[in-house]
Amino acid sequence: MNIAADSALGEMRMIIAEQKPLEEIKSLIAEAKTALVVGCGTCVTVCFAGGEKEAGVLATSLRMSSKLDGEAKDVDHVTVQRQCEWEYIDPIADQLQDVDVVVSLGCGIGVQALAERFPTAVVVPGLNTSFMGMPTEQGIWEERCAACGECILGLTGGICPIARCAKQLLNGPCGGSQNGVCEIDAETACAWQLIYDKLESQNRVHMLMEVQPLKDWSTSRDGGPRKITRDDLRLAAEESE
Amino acid sequence: MTEESKNGYKSGSRLERLLCAGHFVVTGELGPPQAADGDVIRKKVGLLKGYCDAANITDNQTAIVRMSSIGAGTILVQEDLEPIIQMTCRDRNRLAIQSDLLGAYALGMRNVLCLTGDHQSFGNHPTAKNVHDLDSVQLIEMVVKMRDEKEFQSGDEMEGIEPRFFVGAAANPFGDPFEFRPYRLAKKVKAGADFIQTQLIYNVARFAEFMEKVRELGLHEKTYILAGLGPLKSPGMARYMRDQVPGLDVPEEYVDRMVTATKGIDKDDKKARRGAWRNEGIQITIELIKRMREIEGVAGVHVMAIEWEEAVKPIVEGAGLHPRPNPEAASS
Repeated sequence: MNIAADSALGEMRMIIAEQKPLEEIKSLIAEAKTALVVGCGTCVTVCFAGGEKEAGVLATSLRMSSKLDGEAKDVDHVTVQRQCEWEYIDPIADQLQDVDVVVSLGCGIGVQALAERFPTAVVVPGLNTSFMGMPTEQGIWEERCAACGECILGLTGGICPIARCAKQLLNGPCGGSQNGVCEIDAETACAWQLIYDKLESQNRVHMLMEVQPLKDWSTSRDGGPRKITRDDLRLAAEESE
Repeated sequence: MTEESKNGYKSGSRLERLLCAGHFVVTGELGPPQAADGDVIRKKVGLLKGYCDAANITDNQTAIVRMSSIGAGTILVQEDLEPIIQMTCRDRNRLAIQSDLLGAYALGMRNVLCLTGDHQSFGNHPTAKNVHDLDSVQLIEMVVKMRDEKEFQSGDEMEGIEPRFFVGAAANPFGDPFEFRPYRLAKKVKAGADFIQTQLIYNVARFAEFMEKVRELGLHEKTYILAGLGPLKSPGMARYMRDQVPGLDVPEEYVDRMVTATKGIDKDDKKARRGAWRNEGIQITIELIKRMREIEGVAGVHVMAIEWEEAVKPIVEGAGLHPRPNPEAASS
């Protein structure tokens, strides 16, 4: 096993996505004669949604179905290691600019990276980016983080109520928790039951007796698009010193 | 300081005054219509007035769009039936909740019940975005802060008249984890809940167990606990509540009683069967009220006869709780 490659993937397998229905992708590229499906070798490869294999299968499906529909499209595919970094997408610039439409099988970040880097290219999404999570068993992925920008896992036994409670309660559980299951459906675990059980097993239930104050959502999406600037890492900053 | 706070009451609501005077109170519940028809409210007021001390007005209950709680509450104020406006965290953020409460107070409302709210997936707009900017415990804190500190949630000082609400909260003694439920109630009391209305109780033994823990924590001395009760309409409803409603515990005994209520009645006589079921549902509720009165720390009952407000009169009369006391007489 290549440990270096595996750990690089390990850091980057948090975004979970699903491929859009073929009909929807077909309608997105209906006007085009030529198309390029761009896969991504990171998160969406690990969750079997948009890697090399899926990009190849989608390109073939689009070629075949357009032929059956009476106007054969020329659909090719290529996969880059990471669609969300300029250095990985720059090498496919020529391929991208040669086609009428680009179907990105990256997450929403990948789609936007292509669209931003190649302003003349028409880029459409082939995936629905679902959530940040992990596989809990073969074939099952579950949400774990909502990127709220102010982590409270230290208060909740390492289980996130923002991502995993249907009502994002900070003082749960609500009255709808029954037999460990959330009121919304029998398949969803009650995050607050999990939190209670965890803290109970560690003799830390007393932590739940404190009233947790209102959350500052300004660090979440509610504060507008987010950006992190680290002067210690910026090249320009270094040069100007 | 307002007049009301001077004479020792937090809000001066009828509900507060009766509870302070030691009366065993009765609150009712009124579900607003899924339309803009004020007469529906007036008709329901006619069924409840005189048989309960105040009536909850639900806030888009089960996430189905209905006339707003405060809008309907205005009609109750006009009709002289004291409203308890329900306020959920599902549909409003902290700005909207505070603003709505200022308006509700100006319109004469004095009681508010702070709830998280049923998830929108249950209702008729399941694709809606929910809010949950704050939860029910934080909502209690916010409303209490507006009243006692004259401050908005942000910490900004309120100039002029502050909304002085009698602040309620819900408790589900039958939700899981069962052993944590009294502590969650304790959090609501710590946040400042003046009164508590519980989820529907059918399993008295389990509720008594819950109340034992509540007394152990001394919560019954810090807040008024109203036991939630509701008449069963049919064996089908009893089974549905037993099997399908999260957080409800309906013992077999009551399902059986609803089934046997129609014994001897012709299967085709639908009217008689319906009447027999309803009488049995009312009878069970009357018995439950009597059992609630024997539990130390229960300060009243909250009778939920949603879409069957006619049942409240026979229940309250049957339980010997009619006529309802007059708070002026009580406090003099």
